[in-house]
Amino acid sequence: MTSVSQCFEHLRDRARCALIPFITAGDPDLETTAEALRVLDRQGADLIELGVPYSDPLADGPVIQAAATRALQRGTRLDDVLKMVKQVAPTLRSPLILFTYYNPILNRGIDRFLQEIAAAGVKGLVVPDLPLEEADSLLKPAIVHGVEVILLVAPTSPQERIAAIAQQSQGFVYLVSTTGVTGMRLQMQARVKDLVQELRQVTDKPIGVGFGISQPDQAHQVMEWGSDAVIVGSAFVKRLSEGTPAEGLKSIAEFCQSLKAAIVAE
Amino acid sequence: MGHSFVYRFRLVTTTPLSTNLQPDSSAFSHDRPDSLGRFGKFGGKYVPETLMPALFELEAAYHQYRKDPDFQQELQGLLTDYVGRPSPLYFAERLTEHYAKPDGTGPQIYLKREDLNHTGAHKINNALAQALLAKRMGKQRIIAETGAGQHGVATATVCARFGLKCIIYMGVHDMERQSLNVFRMRLMGAEVCPVASGTGTLKDATSEAIRDWVTNVETTHYILGSVAGPHPYPMMVRDFHAVIGQETRAQAQEKWGGVPDILLACVGGGSNAMGLFHEFINESQVRMIGVEAAGHGVETEKHAATLTKGRVGVLHGAMSYLLQDDDGQVIEPHSISAGLDYPGVGPEHSYLMETARAEYYAVTDEQALAAFQKLSQLEGIIPALETAHAIAYLDALCPQLVGSPRIVINCSGRGDKDVLTVSGLLNS
Repeated sequence: MTSVSQCFEHLRDRARCALIPFITAGDPDLETTAEALRVLDRQGADLIELGVPYSDPLADGPVIQAAATRALQRGTRLDDVLKMVKQVAPTLRSPLILFTYYNPILNRGIDRFLQEIAAAGVKGLVVPDLPLEEADSLLKPAIVHGVEVILLVAPTSPQERIAAIAQQSQGFVYLVSTTGVTGMRLQMQARVKDLVQELRQVTDKPIGVGFGISQPDQAHQVMEWGSDAVIVGSAFVKRLSEGTPAEGLKSIAEFCQSLKAAIVAE
Repeated sequence: MGHSFVYRFRLVTTTPLSTNLQPDSSAFSHDRPDSLGRFGKFGGKYVPETLMPALFELEAAYHQYRKDPDFQQELQGLLTDYVGRPSPLYFAERLTEHYAKPDGTGPQIYLKREDLNHTGAHKINNALAQALLAKRMGKQRIIAETGAGQHGVATATVCARFGLKCIIYMGVHDMERQSLNVFRMRLMGAEVCPVASGTGTLKDATSEAIRDWVTNVETTHYILGSVAGPHPYPMMVRDFHAVIGQETRAQAQEKWGGVPDILLACVGGGSNAMGLFHEFINESQVRMIGVEAAGHGVETEKHAATLTKGRVGVLHGAMSYLLQDDDGQVIEPHSISAGLDYPGVGPEHSYLMETARAEYYAVTDEQALAAFQKLSQLEGIIPALETAHAIAYLDALCPQLVGSPRIVINCSGRGDKDVLTVSGLLNS
């Protein structure tokens, strides 16, 4: 199966910007999550981020918070998520990136956690509450297990910090586009353009922009600003949760196509 | 560590030991926390990247101003004239008589009267100092979380005093049981934002305050109200409350020419306990005891006894003991006291427990309620329900003591805010 880095190499060869949808595992249920992964894979996703529901998601806005709460209320457990991933991942073209807060990792034990997600077919890991200073505990063992740990850069990060984070990040560098939590925004902050350029000056690694992107024109804008990937979360989570699972799946399929069309145009 | 430690700790809970668990004093000889904000393995900064520069900025400002004569002068002046410090160290004569043994010996019980501070609790020490810091950092918007409402009231108070915009996050359940404090905050011009997620208590209010800070970090200072959260908060909040222990030392010296034998304080996040303990940490003859909330009992699922029953984890930016399930999901705690109803605990307390420098026990809602009434009846002092947990532990502690050791209890807050809750419970 393709690693996150390899996936970006292929895309770079074809000068393509990647689409990375995000969904929350277990909302409305894990069968729907499995089907959603297949749908997104078919409808234009290049990589897929899968959120592990957590009780205290302090980097998340209301949409993903609510999805996580619903998933936990249904009794979604990490083992069930990984069991589902193990079945689905081999059937997907897109590498899977797991998005989880640090406590569930720590609770399971770092090595055991990495070993289990790698065995399930997970290729990348995003931990939103693990900044560079605390990431050592995860970065080195992750290499051993073949999981790439993607670090985040924020609009508030000073230049020297951006360079240090980019240097340590694996797979790609996740650029948080807005000072805030995850969630849909009406407008992209213009300074994202400067941030992408700043980041480009200090790293050859791919850059993925996320937080706040919810419309095809915003995705297009971010691509135009030079990003290698567009990450869209809350807008998918919201669509998938509305109506019946079948309606939700249909809705995210159409949405995924429209985003893809917006970033492969011309 | 894991199981072997838990085992040792359980032994300690049944038989408190004062002398044979003393740690190697060299472990306490250097500065805590270290430059990464660690107390041993506890503490650190587990926050979204967006907040990291703000935490560095805050740490730098703290180190700059703590030594700045103007800052210190302004703070000391306000602590004296606005807060009403020093707070008295009061000899609780009838409480002492209550626990006296037939032979006339028994502990001499003193109360450090933080309840007499302006706004009725120790919380104002930290809120005031952080507001002065925020002003110097040029931040005009203040946010805070609150459980019992004491920290929210203290923050609203200092914001009114300095003309700062103030937003307080409070769980909907806590707003109900602490409605008097909600009114006080609003009266002083604060906006109180109800938080309905989770159980609508302190944990959820804290998460929401952190989300606000992530969003408005460039204009906003977050006055965190306990010795919890990411570095530098556990250090800074402790230092701003250290005046409690410093005054206690001077007052003990004046009253009996020595230091206290035992320090006793309730622990939710643990700020009033750290404020009392910090001054005496290097003196191993001073025994330090923290009392957690056992809710319906630590053997049930309804308690907030983090150090007694939790495992090491990460919540709200710090590694510390944490109430969590097998999957690492944070468990909703329970306590009659909104201020102790928190599934985490300040990282330095985890460190003090693991190094056996301090001891931690838990008392139930019922025991706290009894102590609430006992202190009211014996001393004419209505304690906060949080404080009542520390008082309640006297029942277990006093019979084990030999001679007449001097106990100083941090009387961390007054109970006016709790009388409605308690009268409801006593009538039902």
